[in-house]
Amino acid sequence: MPNRRIVIAALWLTLAPTSFAATPIHEFTLANGLKVLVREDHRAPVVVSQIWYKVGSSYEPTGLTGISHLLEHLMFKGTPAVPGGEFSRLIAANGGDENAFTSRDYTAYFQTLEKDRLEISFRLEADRMRHLLLRPEDVAKEAQVVAEERRLRTEDQPDALTQEQFNAAAYMTSPYRHPIIGWMQDIQAITIDDLKRWYQQWYAPNNATLVVVGDVDPAKVRALADQYFGPLAPSTLNPPRPAAEIPQRGERRIVVKTPAEVPFVTLGYKAPTLKTADEEWEPYALDVLDGILDGGGSSRLSRNLVRGSQVAAAAGTGYSLTSRLEELFVLVGNPAPGRSSADLEQALRAEVARLREEPIGADELARVVAQVVAGEVYQQDSMFYQGMRMGSLETIGLGWRKLDDYVQRIQAVTPEQVRTVARKYLTDDRLTVATLEPLPLDGRRPTAPGAAVDHAIR
Amino acid sequence: MPISTLFFSGVLAAVLLLASAVAAAVPAIQNWRTDNNVPVYFIPARELPMVDAQILFNAGSIHDGARPGLAMLTAALLEEGAGDWSADIIADRLDRVGARLGVSSRRDSAVISLRSLVDSRYLQPAVETVARLLKEPSFAPDAVERVRQQMLTGLQERAQSPGAIAQDAFFKALYGGHPYGSPPEGTTASLKGITRADIQGFHQRYYTSANAVIAIVGDLERPAAEQLAKALIGGLAKGEAIPLPPPAPLVSTSQTIRIPHPSSQTHILIGQIGVSRTDPDYYALYLGNHVLGGNGLVSQLSQEIREKRGLAYGAYSTFFPTRQAGPFLINLQTRNDQADTALQVAQTTLREFTANGPSAPVLEEARQNITGGFALDLAGNSKLAGALGLIAFHGLPLDYLQNYIPTMNGITLEQAKAAWQRHVRPDQLITVIVGGGQPAQTAPAASMPPTGPTAPSGSAQPTGS
Repeated sequence: MPNRRIVIAALWLTLAPTSFAATPIHEFTLANGLKVLVREDHRAPVVVSQIWYKVGSSYEPTGLTGISHLLEHLMFKGTPAVPGGEFSRLIAANGGDENAFTSRDYTAYFQTLEKDRLEISFRLEADRMRHLLLRPEDVAKEAQVVAEERRLRTEDQPDALTQEQFNAAAYMTSPYRHPIIGWMQDIQAITIDDLKRWYQQWYAPNNATLVVVGDVDPAKVRALADQYFGPLAPSTLNPPRPAAEIPQRGERRIVVKTPAEVPFVTLGYKAPTLKTADEEWEPYALDVLDGILDGGGSSRLSRNLVRGSQVAAAAGTGYSLTSRLEELFVLVGNPAPGRSSADLEQALRAEVARLREEPIGADELARVVAQVVAGEVYQQDSMFYQGMRMGSLETIGLGWRKLDDYVQRIQAVTPEQVRTVARKYLTDDRLTVATLEPLPLDGRRPTAPGAAVDHAIR
Repeated sequence: MPISTLFFSGVLAAVLLLASAVAAAVPAIQNWRTDNNVPVYFIPARELPMVDAQILFNAGSIHDGARPGLAMLTAALLEEGAGDWSADIIADRLDRVGARLGVSSRRDSAVISLRSLVDSRYLQPAVETVARLLKEPSFAPDAVERVRQQMLTGLQERAQSPGAIAQDAFFKALYGGHPYGSPPEGTTASLKGITRADIQGFHQRYYTSANAVIAIVGDLERPAAEQLAKALIGGLAKGEAIPLPPPAPLVSTSQTIRIPHPSSQTHILIGQIGVSRTDPDYYALYLGNHVLGGNGLVSQLSQEIREKRGLAYGAYSTFFPTRQAGPFLINLQTRNDQADTALQVAQTTLREFTANGPSAPVLEEARQNITGGFALDLAGNSKLAGALGLIAFHGLPLDYLQNYIPTMNGITLEQAKAAWQRHVRPDQLITVIVGGGQPAQTAPAASMPPTGPTAPSGSAQPTGS
């Protein structure tokens, strides 16, 4: 323990940590192909166990969108050994937290437990990896639950609805055009046979990564993994079909009209990731660019658009350098009262243009690096996040060590490189713009920009 | 079934063996007062070179009075200027050392939280910045206008959200003119009327040492923690301790409020006034609520509404842990044409739970989830800081963490059931229903005033037990 502290302190004092894997990480692979990663964190008597599958919405063909997510729900519905509802009941009775999440590039299940109860997690996860029942009555009911989830999170959320249609417009051939939760018609039409095939195809030890973080003895984790996951048979895996986006040939625009009060604008430029980039430094330069625009209150969008010109009530950016396929560098915002979506779009585009024209300042770059360095320390506070990082990197195919040198990579980015990626990728021909045009909530009255009405107590 | 039952008895044995190991791992809280008499709560966490500090003021929306939104506007303006520093300078000072500042404003409290690296070259500038914005925020007129506009946009966002509309109507119906009934986000009219002098006055009165507590978790020795507390809040004006508002009168009859909204789902809130965080029955109610609706998919509401019938993505119940009695609330959302069915299932589930109480095995499983999961709630500085802030703000005893599991283990089935029946009154429920998919204006005549009772309408009307 004391050694670990000294190492960390020495590293960050120089602001040049070689690796923030401050605690030992153990890697091994079972004979059936299951990769296991164990990270020791002895701060609290707790363990996080996550099982990651290489499947998600970006693996789905048209007509079956949302099947990965629907299957994730059905994974709680029972096996011959553990009937429906028992999985959650057992974990809860053991003092555990559990849930699952589906993304474009992965599906993952997790439990957090007191450290000596890891066995129940392995026992139940191993069981449902190969023995899920999938009964018609469960499928029908769970499709309804997912439909409610879709209504809650997308259909009744004007910004989310706009974002969904924005993705469908920005991508033509990439499966990133589909929502993770799926289109409503697909959620309601997916059959039990579709689900069985999807489960058989992807739920196998040689398509999974088991990640354990916490107050554990790696040798014991290995023995438990052998005991419960070892007997599972591997599958013959067929890699997903090619899913590259065709080159974009000019700017695209869509308008989304839905009952709402607050307008919303989203802009996205096609951008490479660590998986797709020609040059490996480019995604890191885009990550720095992301920080320049939206890293903390001193970043350009806050300083110039929210406080300076006050064209935005809120504004932000999004970019993930670890996506499996080509990404979008996204800028979003709500115009301030009295300002239009067009005003805000223009302001966001002006910020992008400035990045193409002028190199960023040394002080700005230093702020981004400082936040990255501090962020690498802060994120070690969360065992769950540590697992997320290893699990997602491994599942996407980058290898769990990929971001061990993240801080040095960010520190190596120059202002000229940031300008280079801005010039190369943040161009009008790679741009898609979506605008939310609010329809009146009361079905009658046009909503004037800035005319705030107190509906809270009508 | 036999397999899992067998396995489960093994689990029970393990629970008893492990209880002492977990208890031993619960950290001890250090507690002292600063020179200006602010209570400090501190837990050293030496593994990571970082620190979390939370300053909690009795400065929530309960003090808004005739100006709803005043507390939130004041809190939001803290980082928008202090002394001769502009918002740009404050943001720059924090970002350049990688510090993270959070400001939140709730009904009871305003909470300022700082996360920083612990080396003084980073920590010191961050602490100086936070200390100054607490002590001498400038409330510059242009910043006031800008944040006011942002809050007005926030109100528009609430107006497009059926969930937010339902929550506002619920609190208003439940608390009426009591301070908990005042919307923390304000109203359009009140936000427009708030002056800079109002904000300055609010800050002067509530952001004082007499109204503050501080919680610190991080890689510090005791003297360094003492220094940190002093540096953060040593400069605050003394002020006077502001008393809590009185408890709100209980609602005596059931009432249903329907608000049309063009959403595809109907949001349903059912509830009444519950208890305060320091009520002696809080633990028993928390345990009972874990069975009814506080334990995810395993709880009865989730089982009845989601697992058995597929009616909703989420169905939960909660006791809000506030200083005076906060709401007890059931919350669900469903497709518009299923609203009556879902409401009826929720009402029946609550009524039966209140009448019969939980069964012994189900209560034991809920208890095991709470006690067995206690270590999870304290895993990591962030969670420790959250727990410590709660202890500090509510003045819970210093051995609260040590006593938590024994207290939960000491509650009998009879006590849990009796506490529930003392506090939950199924014939005095406020029900708010927002949605229907109809534009709000299609039936203006039928649009009920939000606080007015509706006529009984079949299944939508709660019946007495």
